[in-house]
Amino acid sequence: MPSNDTQTEVVEQTPVHVDHLIENGKLAAENAWCVSYDAEALPEQRPAFVPLALWQANQDDNELAPLLTSDTELTTELGSTLKGASAIAVDFPAFTDGRGYTIARLLRERYGYTGEIRAVGDVLVDQLDYMRRCGFSAMALRDDQHPEDALRALNAFSVRYQTDVEERQALFEKRLTASH
Amino acid sequence: MYRYDIHDQTLVDERVAQFRDQMERYQAGRLGEEEFRPLRLQNGLYIQKHAPMLRIAIPYGMLAGAQLRALADITRRYDRGYGHFTTRQNLQLNWPALEDVPDILAELAKVQMHAIQTSGNCIRNTTSDQFAGIANDEVEDPRPWCELIRQWSTLHPEFAYLPRKFKIAVSGAAQDRAAIQVHDIGLRLWRNDDGELRIKVLAGGGLGRTPMIGDVVREDLPWQHLLTYLEACVRVYNQFGRRDNKFKARIKILVKALGIEEFRRRVDEEWAYLKDGPQTLNQAAVEAAKVHFPEPDRRPVAASATEAFDKLRSENRSFARFVTNNVTDHKVPGYKAVTLSLKRREHAPGDVTADQMEAVADLADRYSFGEVRVTHEQNLVLSDVPVDELEALWKELDALGMANPTVGTLNDIICCPGGDYCALANAVSIPIAQALQERFEDLDFLYDLGPLDLNISGCMNACGHHHVGHIGILGVDKKGEEYYQISIGGNSTDDASLGKILGPSFFREDVPGVVEKVLEVYVAERHEDERFLDTYRRIGLKPFKERVYAQQ
Repeated sequence: MPSNDTQTEVVEQTPVHVDHLIENGKLAAENAWCVSYDAEALPEQRPAFVPLALWQANQDDNELAPLLTSDTELTTELGSTLKGASAIAVDFPAFTDGRGYTIARLLRERYGYTGEIRAVGDVLVDQLDYMRRCGFSAMALRDDQHPEDALRALNAFSVRYQTDVEERQALFEKRLTASH
Repeated sequence: MYRYDIHDQTLVDERVAQFRDQMERYQAGRLGEEEFRPLRLQNGLYIQKHAPMLRIAIPYGMLAGAQLRALADITRRYDRGYGHFTTRQNLQLNWPALEDVPDILAELAKVQMHAIQTSGNCIRNTTSDQFAGIANDEVEDPRPWCELIRQWSTLHPEFAYLPRKFKIAVSGAAQDRAAIQVHDIGLRLWRNDDGELRIKVLAGGGLGRTPMIGDVVREDLPWQHLLTYLEACVRVYNQFGRRDNKFKARIKILVKALGIEEFRRRVDEEWAYLKDGPQTLNQAAVEAAKVHFPEPDRRPVAASATEAFDKLRSENRSFARFVTNNVTDHKVPGYKAVTLSLKRREHAPGDVTADQMEAVADLADRYSFGEVRVTHEQNLVLSDVPVDELEALWKELDALGMANPTVGTLNDIICCPGGDYCALANAVSIPIAQALQERFEDLDFLYDLGPLDLNISGCMNACGHHHVGHIGILGVDKKGEEYYQISIGGNSTDDASLGKILGPSFFREDVPGVVEKVLEVYVAERHEDERFLDTYRRIGLKPFKERVYAQQ
């Protein structure tokens, strides 16, 4: 599905590179990766996230990693293919598109992916907590976002009701354990 | 009712701090209008026509007296001394100042309340039966299950940016009083022949611009799997629901597009991975939830009290009217549930003043174990009143203007805030309700008509549930003019149906006259003891149409 047609046109010549990267809950010193949305040609920079098909066609290039669009359907086959990726980027074409959260959870919980999963695109400070809980280990902030706000937002909550990628025991279970 | 422990309290406190931070960034220009929008919505804050609007969550309609008092205090200090109960059992403030909202949320947190996920494209407040736990026809008290759903859905990390809003309703009785067939997901708790609790899961119901009755996804889900199954349903919706057109983004469009079989197949495929996972419920977890909803310490009521009550009812016509319309039988002999009418001509349907909130809290303390329930028909309920105290309660309610003996009649109108308040509305709705209440105020006439749901929405978003009113009125905009479309035959209970439009819409001033003609047809055509809805179903739309559009 060509959901990011317009984006492809805009960034064709210049792969996106962001300054502020949150990695494992901290502001990363630098961000080596660029993100290329061009479905046809490989970017010059390395390492680079490139569209899934391009990555699949260039598996001998160790410095490439797949970029998943938000409408990617994670079949069992694709899930196992992605196990070989050194890192996986999941695109947020708009911050209101919540499909990327499900994609990250499936990669972690269903397909056991243990490498870096990076949120790219329209990534905002106030999504980071949910992203981390869904399995993102890195988030490349949209350029106008303030990294100090990001770190504060990441630590907004000390309680959660549900299980998620980080938490394997629901609060209702914890309460039972605590009361015994 | 449910009481917070340290975890619940910490979560709402941290939520307030988070929103305060977001509000500060918004006001400092570090957070843009667009970026702030879903954040404020998921804290109940709308930017409306005249002022912001704050929608406060009342989980499955349960309120403690102390909470109602706090709400009264909040409406006085931060608003204009009144609030509006909605069709989803929540409370709306119409005039808060934007910059006060973090403080209001902090005040709410002090009494174990919040406004989390009362708006936005996320899982909303779970609604239920206002007679939960006390109904004669109940199979299972839905409230502990609602609470488990509330916790599961609150700040769910995966489902905060769904294609569109997502509403869940739960019924645990023989009769559906929670309108489960017109929710994104409707749940019905029932027991199989072996006495085991099962859950019937419906999906894809809803009102709005494409009203639909939900389809059955699963008849007999064992209760242990409630949360994992819900997670599978919402995950399928999150992945495959349409995001290109907000008018086609609700789950009902997905269910319709895929067909219920394919939707079910995808849910089951997803569920196969989640089933028996860490969110599987166990007996101990359910018992822990049930502990919050104990039977109140009801004193025994002598049989003679019931006799005295029956005697008064036969002697006092006004009391009898009140009992017939506003009092509901209770599972415990000697007890009744009392519905407080919030439908009076001088106020918009569902509106309550701060003074009334405090008075109701006081009545709840004295007559009904300190608890109040909000109904989706925008009334309040005191659920546990001994029959020997009914007369006293009735007199006090009458003095407060809340004993209007019209619950369930044409006068008990469901109505959204409409064009007087809402930025989305095409037309006003409150003045229509008031005009109708004025026209049809004769009690004998109302009683003669019998049970009649008249629902009004000011636009096709259908907050006033017009599609499921026996008579539904929808405000429409035609070239800047307000018109009203009238439909008949809708119903939200067990035999749910959607109303059919009579024909071309009407001027505002003509609405009462048109409704009157519709009623005349019913009165002329009905068989003895036949409800409006049944007459309509028997004779169809045509006689109504002919009468309403007849040339003068």
